[in-house]
Amino acid sequence: MSRPTAAAKRPLSPHLTIYRWPVTMTLSIVHRVTGGALYVGTLLVAWWLVAAATSEDWFNTANAVMGSILGQLVLIGFTWAMFMHTVGGLRHMLWDTGVAMEKHVSTQTAWASLVASLVLTALTWVALYLVV
Amino acid sequence: MVELTLPKNSQIRTGKTWPKPAGATNLREYKIYRWSPDDGQNPSIDTYFVDADDCGPMVLDALLWIKNNIDPTLTLRRSCREGICGSCAMNIDGSNTLACTKGADDITGAVKIYPLPHMPVVKDLVPDLTVPYAQLTSIEPYLKTVSPEPAKEWLQSHEDRQKLDGLYECILCFCCQTSCPSYWWNGDRYLGPAVLLQAYRWLIDSRDEATGERLDNLEDPFRLYRCHTIMNCAQTCPKGLNPAKAIAEIKKMMVERHV
Repeated sequence: MSRPTAAAKRPLSPHLTIYRWPVTMTLSIVHRVTGGALYVGTLLVAWWLVAAATSEDWFNTANAVMGSILGQLVLIGFTWAMFMHTVGGLRHMLWDTGVAMEKHVSTQTAWASLVASLVLTALTWVALYLVV
Repeated sequence: MVELTLPKNSQIRTGKTWPKPAGATNLREYKIYRWSPDDGQNPSIDTYFVDADDCGPMVLDALLWIKNNIDPTLTLRRSCREGICGSCAMNIDGSNTLACTKGADDITGAVKIYPLPHMPVVKDLVPDLTVPYAQLTSIEPYLKTVSPEPAKEWLQSHEDRQKLDGLYECILCFCCQTSCPSYWWNGDRYLGPAVLLQAYRWLIDSRDEATGERLDNLEDPFRLYRCHTIMNCAQTCPKGLNPAKAIAEIKKMMVERHV
């Protein structure tokens, strides 16, 4: 016979690993991660400014680091994080007024904000390469 | 708190593959979460094969077919089999929905079935819903008034009645509640989408006279504001309702009463 099981002994049903991620859920965590990445990116900018204010040698070093392939990749990532977080922030601002919350609309704006962030990043860097 | 992995006693092992029904030509594979409080073992995934030609179209039909023809120990809640009681809420093919209104043909490949996510399991597909029920009780989901009772009934204009559309249809299946990552990580303090939708249903009811008191009760960093608009609730609701929007409306009411 089944005896009453203490609640503590009950297993926890699986969650994150079995859930099918809707794009809205993915973009929610992306919004957080890009928000965190912006802190790191801002530190980089601060480091560059401090280097510029310190000496020519330091400035040249900072420029060399950021101008390297790896440095440029990081900066491209930083640019994308900035655009993604900005567009995501606008989406959240809309939601705070109670609009665009319908299931299909929130899915459409999720895809749109992802595309917008990628396009804006590409445009920015194309423009940079053309100018510099 | 965010916990990405399952506790030791909850980790899933490979279970039994049950023999295919004899003579069946149209087989459908089902992979179903099993756990029994009686054998001291960890949960497992059992594999069953259902004769689709001998079985109704819905996932609930298949579960009952398995229960009747293969394994009578398979345990689940069900009652109305037409999407109005909310008993057979479970995670099917990665999303929370009602087994009785989910067509097996809408799913490609093996049909994977788990209990509602991040809940204590009573047995197999039956989750322990004590906490969400207690949370529902805490928002006092009934009419509260101070005015003298009318002789016949509390009247409401058509316009005010329409404000309840999209709210009163909730059947409390807790599909949304258990789809919400915020509820997974803070379910002890965050009320969750289903309960907050109910809270809004009474906040917006023109006949209710406890609006301020209700808002006071919700004004809390966890009870209300753990909603981060992840939108899983609206994506998963088998009745097509939008708890996220109801929560946004509550947040707006909070702002409005401060300005």
